[in-house]
Amino acid sequence: MPESKQSLRYDLSIIESWVSPGSRVLGLGCGDGELLWSLKTRKNVVETGIEIDESLVARCIERGLTVVQGDINEEVKDYPDGFFDYVVCSQTLQQAFDPPEIIREMLRVAKYAVVSFPNFCHWRIRLQMMASGHVPRTRELPFEWYNTPNIRVLSLKDFHTFAKEMGFRILKEAAINSQDIRVSGTEVNFLPNLRATYGIYLIGR
Amino acid sequence: MQEECAEETAKKQFYTLDDEVTLENGQSLPGVTVAYETWGTLNADKSNAILICHALTGDSHAAGSNGSIGWWDTMVGPGRGIDTDRYFVICSNILGGCMGTTGPASLNPVTGKPYGTDFPVVTIHDMVQVQAALVDHLGIDRLHAVIGGSVGGMQVLSWCKNYPERVGSAVAMATTMRHSALSIAFNEVARQSIISDPNWNEGHYYGGEKPSMGLSVARMVGHITYLSDEAMRQKFGRRLQNRDEFSFDFDAEFQVESYLHYQGAKFVDRFDANSLLYITKAADYFDIEPGFQESGALERMAELGHPFLVVSFTSDWLYPTYQNREIVGLFKRHGVDVSFCEIEASCGHDAFLLPSDRLTTILTGFLGKGTHA
Repeated sequence: MPESKQSLRYDLSIIESWVSPGSRVLGLGCGDGELLWSLKTRKNVVETGIEIDESLVARCIERGLTVVQGDINEEVKDYPDGFFDYVVCSQTLQQAFDPPEIIREMLRVAKYAVVSFPNFCHWRIRLQMMASGHVPRTRELPFEWYNTPNIRVLSLKDFHTFAKEMGFRILKEAAINSQDIRVSGTEVNFLPNLRATYGIYLIGR
Repeated sequence: MQEECAEETAKKQFYTLDDEVTLENGQSLPGVTVAYETWGTLNADKSNAILICHALTGDSHAAGSNGSIGWWDTMVGPGRGIDTDRYFVICSNILGGCMGTTGPASLNPVTGKPYGTDFPVVTIHDMVQVQAALVDHLGIDRLHAVIGGSVGGMQVLSWCKNYPERVGSAVAMATTMRHSALSIAFNEVARQSIISDPNWNEGHYYGGEKPSMGLSVARMVGHITYLSDEAMRQKFGRRLQNRDEFSFDFDAEFQVESYLHYQGAKFVDRFDANSLLYITKAADYFDIEPGFQESGALERMAELGHPFLVVSFTSDWLYPTYQNREIVGLFKRHGVDVSFCEIEASCGHDAFLLPSDRLTTILTGFLGKGTHA
């Protein structure tokens, strides 16, 4: 099957639907370039990615994407103010050492930023902690306390508070519940902070 | 072994420029001849040409098995990373070199004798000027890509600065936008080694004994900078050559010594000492950032959207990753479409010339950019 016909990961397809055709997009921690590739081929965007892993960077360049290898905190700094229309940070904010700085840089280099992260206050996590007395381990967060890359624990509610404190606007929100995010999911409108496994946000200055 | 190599037809060709070349130092150089080779076929709209810029002591023989195997034959050929079934590939010997293009060993039309050190000091910019004249001669307006590593990468940057419109895309590998004190230092040791050879004779040694010892030591220094601590440890360690015990004299007894002696001796047969002086000097003068700032070339590149790729290698200590990253940073700040990959490699600066699946797939993908969708 040609690459462009493969179905996009569920959460990424939501992000894709928010991006206007022909815009300039920066992907922070873009992995193998799945989203950028889809945006480039289906929405004709001008793409740039930042990714730290050599083999993933190579995969991106191999499929014709513009990607810079390096740490997102450092690499984002070189781009001029407002150079991009959108900057996407998918499933990475909870691993960042300094999330406020990342958000500030994202809204410096682009008009809009898309941020997504796993919801650490899903009911299953709450229940697990209550019942077992252990730090939760779930499908979305399968790590032990000593090896988890997710050093920032936040919920959808926390992100709203964060937006107020930092003074950025939430323009769109998708709370999603998903068994396997690669395949499918549903949007959660009722009690999202309890029922959603992931949150996706479009934010602006 | 070489039946895959369908490039037997590539032969060295020569082109003599009609006009004098006005050099960066203000002097003019008449009757410049360029030695070059081409592979593949130029398409009807002349849009598939790729120029490969060779490094310090390379030549136009990048690919094929004419006489000897080309220096980048693993990358350039039918179905390879730079696919000659698809692209028309050009490689020319640099100005100041000794592999067919005018250099210090060429005849000075004024005296009828080899120039020697009467040859003007040339720069990377001058080399690129001559390449541009060759590309004109071949009737090509815009190159699909300009590719080079090391001193070849400097030429790529110079192409972008001088002719941003003509560079459809560019790849610079294991290179720098300004020669560092460390690199200048190694080059100066190499030059002093040649200059202090009694046979050097102020550069006028043609027809007599050559400064072979000096050139050989210069090459030995060079080879140290092309390897890495790790590569030397793996390749030689402290192993002795053809003996089990120390001989307590000054023969080359360690394998690493023997290797350097061999590389030095091999080099004097194929390279002119004066050319090494001129080319190392050109590299030392190289600092393209002010030129990029003044010329507005980066803004032009950003406007045109022509993609640029920078590749570095982890163990390269001659042009380390941070120097390659400086190019990336400069381009990013000016909105140039730039990609960057740092390839894990233990073999030092030489890595860009050695077979690498990673480099091959990256180059193939990058060159095909825009033709995927």
